[in-house]
Amino acid sequence: MDAGPIALGVDVGSTSWKGVAVDAGGRIVARRVEATDPRVEGQTERLVAELRADSGAGGDAPLGATGYGRKRVPTATRILTEITCHARGAFHLTGRPGVLIDFGGQDTKVIRIGDGGEVSDFRMNDKCAAGTGRFLEIILARLGVALDQAPELVARAAGEVAISSTCTVFAESEVISLVAQGEPLPSIVVGLHRALSGRVATLAGRLVDGAELFMSGGVALNRAMADALAAAVGRPITVLSEPQLVGALGAALSVMQSDR
Amino acid sequence: MIARRLRYELAGRAVGPLLAAVERRRGAGGKAARDGGPFGPPLESTRRLKELMGIYYYQGRWADGAVPVAWVTSGFPVEILRAHGFYCVYPENHAALCAARRLGPELCEVAEAAGYSRDLCAYARMDIGSVLSGDTPVGRIPKPDLVAACSNICQTVVYWFRALADHLGVPFILVDTPFVYGDFQPHSLAFVAEQLEELAQTAARIAGRAAREVDTQRVVELAWRASQEWGACLDMGRHRPSPWTAFDHFIHMAPIVALRGTEGCLGYYRQLNAELEDRVRDGIGGVVPERHRLLWDNIAIWYRLRDLSRLFADDGFAFVCATYSSAWAQSWEGFDPADRVGSTAAMLSGILLNRDLANRLALMEGLVRDFSVDGVVLHSDRSCKPYSVGQYDLKDALQRELGVRVVVLEADHADSRAYSAEQIETRARAFMESF
Repeated sequence: MDAGPIALGVDVGSTSWKGVAVDAGGRIVARRVEATDPRVEGQTERLVAELRADSGAGGDAPLGATGYGRKRVPTATRILTEITCHARGAFHLTGRPGVLIDFGGQDTKVIRIGDGGEVSDFRMNDKCAAGTGRFLEIILARLGVALDQAPELVARAAGEVAISSTCTVFAESEVISLVAQGEPLPSIVVGLHRALSGRVATLAGRLVDGAELFMSGGVALNRAMADALAAAVGRPITVLSEPQLVGALGAALSVMQSDR
Repeated sequence: MIARRLRYELAGRAVGPLLAAVERRRGAGGKAARDGGPFGPPLESTRRLKELMGIYYYQGRWADGAVPVAWVTSGFPVEILRAHGFYCVYPENHAALCAARRLGPELCEVAEAAGYSRDLCAYARMDIGSVLSGDTPVGRIPKPDLVAACSNICQTVVYWFRALADHLGVPFILVDTPFVYGDFQPHSLAFVAEQLEELAQTAARIAGRAAREVDTQRVVELAWRASQEWGACLDMGRHRPSPWTAFDHFIHMAPIVALRGTEGCLGYYRQLNAELEDRVRDGIGGVVPERHRLLWDNIAIWYRLRDLSRLFADDGFAFVCATYSSAWAQSWEGFDPADRVGSTAAMLSGILLNRDLANRLALMEGLVRDFSVDGVVLHSDRSCKPYSVGQYDLKDALQRELGVRVVVLEADHADSRAYSAEQIETRARAFMESF
């Protein structure tokens, strides 16, 4: 069956390169995720060609670009910020207003989405990357824990150790000394999730009041983090399907709509 | 003394203007400030502005030993000193000039190496850095006979200027303006008025003579008129399109800050006002085309004026007003020549940064309505805590009560090390995309 016109969207993040091809109904028909290569132009060219091949998109299929590397996608039909794209992608998936917490590698964004899917307000972490996915990645690596092991460690933790710093550099030394003091690894991992979710809940502040909450971004793949965040804001949070691809999906939808 | 005075007068009246004329003839003074793009034609008055400020700084090189010299804060009642014949240096204006020339980090580091914390205002660090190193892009800053601060803009100036006085071995005078919660308190205004009398005595002692009443009246009249002209220039932004933008205000506000109470300052704003009137009549906008109208809050980001101006103008966003530039017009609104001292006390106390958040919100709501503003950009300024505290509450209130879009950009007015270009651009673009 012909899926109709295809649109491509890429989200060149600080940590991961994400790309999708979507059909006329907005369904993802091809996807790619890789660690971002500093030589992003070559990586983009290769992965976009793969997305075109997988989805059967013609050479004239429009391409939307977002993420910090968005300006380094020379073939982009349209360039938009991650904030707009995440909102668009989330609204497409949920069909309703709410607040989206996008938990990315070096950026955490809290985006209020209006009744028509528009961005009505947003907040981002400031110049410091405390409270982003990179924090968890670096500290867990220091502990020799793979990211996908975190939920399992959290599940079997008997207690929790408080981590006072959300600064990645200081937290690293704090965690090392906790290990040296003989604190059990699962309890430290729970503490890390708590510290990070507390920081993001503070960032979100009153923006989340009275709204349904959604979560996207690579960090949302970690179920333990979604649970910790829900606990920190005191409300349930729905993790969007394929959360890492929401920005790329929004980028693809934006070129599809603008081409109409 | 007489020779020095002669040299000073010659510098201000003959050599300075002559050098400015040579510059103008060479074309350097008239170089377009902008490279076309989404902007209207550059303001012709910019040429006069450069001459005026150039002559002011040039004359300053010969001021010490010729006339009494004071270093003052931007909110200080400079009129009293000018009436006593003082040449007045504005460390804040000088720091802004240094920042615009990208000297911020260099001067800050001199102060930081001397032990001043990086959490201290960048103006203070740059000024102290300039004093310690002797570095300045204006040739030479005259040594003061008096260091004078008014606490109406922040508490930092109290400690900063005290440190300067200590380092330079000169007297320090403070005009202390109690913070205004709600309405003015008569006892607070009386306290400020009393200090103004003391200031006049101190100025007379250092100048070696008391000011003549006619001189005081003339200086105050000039300052008052200039502030009204400046207010009229700002009000031109109510027109659609606005004939200039807040980024232009930031450049053209130098005389109302540093030369208030002089003939040159008043003459300059009359000229600028006439030019803006012409632009309004001819439908010339500062941003072409003007699609959306914005309000800027907080001090300018001096080292990024052009980039930021371009970032917003490219998408048709024009800053038509700013709380920062408005401060030098609003403060004089209640001035009453019949009660000079009393109304000056109220004027000094009523400065935006010396009043509570409710006052600030009312001021911003007025600007949003009067200037038909669609969106507000709040610069959260790492250096200026009094200006930045409460901005998230202001954001919520403006969104809730007026339905305008608001974004916060985190930066610093003078220390470019606290500026993250990519993050600022992402926020600014997302804000614009939301329109």
